[in-house]
Amino acid sequence: MVTRLKKSWSKPTRARLSNLPASLLIGGGLVGFLVCVALLSFVWTPYDPITIDVRNRYLPIWSDGHILGTDKFGRDVLTQLIMGARNSLFVSVVSTLVSLVIGTLLGLYVAAAGARLQNIISRGVDVGVAIPGILVAMVLATAIGPGNAAAITAIIIWFIPVSARVVIGPTMQVLSQDYIEAAFGYGRTKWFVLFNHVLPNISSIIIVQASVMFAAAILIEASLSFLGVGAQPPTASWGRTLKEAQPLMEIAPSLMVVPGLAIVIAVLGFNLLGDGLRTYYDPQQARKR
Amino acid sequence: MLTIRDLKVTIAGHTVAEVEMLEVREGQRLGLVGESGSGKSMIVMSILGLQPKSASITGSITFNGQELIGLSDKKMANIRGSLIGLVPQDPTKSLNPTMRIGKQIAEAITLHSSIKKNKADQRVRELISNVRLPDPDRILRSYPHQLSGGQQQRVLIAMAIASNPMMLIADEPTTALDVTVQGEILQLILTLSRELGMGLIFVSHELGVVRFICDEIAVIYGGHVFEIGPAHAVVNTPLHRYTEALISANIAMPKTQADIGREAGKLQSIDGSVPALGTFPNGCRFRNRCVYEITECALPVPMQNADGSRFHRCRNPIREKG
Repeated sequence: MVTRLKKSWSKPTRARLSNLPASLLIGGGLVGFLVCVALLSFVWTPYDPITIDVRNRYLPIWSDGHILGTDKFGRDVLTQLIMGARNSLFVSVVSTLVSLVIGTLLGLYVAAAGARLQNIISRGVDVGVAIPGILVAMVLATAIGPGNAAAITAIIIWFIPVSARVVIGPTMQVLSQDYIEAAFGYGRTKWFVLFNHVLPNISSIIIVQASVMFAAAILIEASLSFLGVGAQPPTASWGRTLKEAQPLMEIAPSLMVVPGLAIVIAVLGFNLLGDGLRTYYDPQQARKR
Repeated sequence: MLTIRDLKVTIAGHTVAEVEMLEVREGQRLGLVGESGSGKSMIVMSILGLQPKSASITGSITFNGQELIGLSDKKMANIRGSLIGLVPQDPTKSLNPTMRIGKQIAEAITLHSSIKKNKADQRVRELISNVRLPDPDRILRSYPHQLSGGQQQRVLIAMAIASNPMMLIADEPTTALDVTVQGEILQLILTLSRELGMGLIFVSHELGVVRFICDEIAVIYGGHVFEIGPAHAVVNTPLHRYTEALISANIAMPKTQADIGREAGKLQSIDGSVPALGTFPNGCRFRNRCVYEITECALPVPMQNADGSRFHRCRNPIREKG
């Protein structure tokens, strides 16, 4: 009896599926689908993504054996799309997570620091936000050579100040609360308070920020590949597929529409997921569950 | 147990609190009464070392023989919570909105005692029943916003008494609450301090409340202790003109001698408001609002002893009749 009651409060209230926000379900479904497709590419793709098949160039949509047709090298578009999903997700997940962790730590540190240090770093962050990310990617591409590494590094450099700035304001607001003063008064250290009291209070902001950044990272990755700075052939990428389709707009318009739709679905999915998560984790919403 | 001597708190050159002598013995309940801005909170925050960073403190505050002024943050943090508990003014701002109640109370326990995390649950439940909260399972799983203000204040009282402190400081603990639950919270604080033998410093602007809770009352104005003595004596036969004015301004208070001859049933008020910091008059700080001002009031007023247990600081005190 006692063991059953023990720590009963630490278990979260179980939510029923029907009570979850619709945006969480739709966004989660889209993102989950993308992740599954990307993982699938490691074990199976309809065709080999690299092999060139000259006889079957420019097959239209719904062709026999090639549901989404083939491109100018006769490669299966569906295969290219699946491989592209892997690349897009890899680049955006790595860059977003790294910049989110570094940016959040930096933001927490700045918010808890003294006024002078706060001013110096905050202005530095402002400068960081002002640097155009695409330009950084171009410079990096010439310095270390174009490819995923350049794209990821550029996105990280771009996103660190953005996520830091999002965290600073809310952190300072939470730090001014009475329960924070009480925690310090009881002898808790700065980082303990920041992680255990401040972070949960700003988590919804970080979650929303993460979803926006995931979506933006997918777009940036596509843009960089489109500009030739990101993934290099033969690595499949939505942006590069789009770029290769551009001169063929009049011959094979579906080559352009398909990767474009994929990007739209990915961005929409991450945005809806973030919105749904925010609604879900908001303690103010907990009573409705 | 707690002795304050010659305490002087200054902010930017202005004296915000000056206390020659204040004492809380074991199990004794002391009430600090005064208007908003009278410096009563500043005095209790100085005891806990929680005064604003810009404030400088001189004098001596000893707790169980240990000097608190100038104590390192680390040692002070040890005293707070384990030896002196604080019940805050606004419960809604004093709980972390993203942490379940059970976890927050458990943290207060594990921080200052040898009780390990896995044993804390039992103690949490004990505290919940100590503060008379029903349905512990639900309360412990709740987030602060799911509880009422009164329930939140009970949770904070539970946290304050978590490590069996020797003294509890309640800084206007009912100001933010509905009138209907104020009485229950006051009763709870009184009962707990009796049951656990805790000393209590109760800060309030309501003389009627303090008289109900405390053995001794100190009336504070402009950072000075104006009058101090046993609760019933201070309320029934005030010596200081300010105490008397406070009593006549309270609707729930019995009429004093000064009221005789005034319009019956009319509530008195004190003209003017507490002056801004640094604009207090010389001598008696209440002089500019006092209707009984005499010329000597402009001179510094020392603390005077009137019959043993009572002290006041008034040049023109109310003389007891007969």
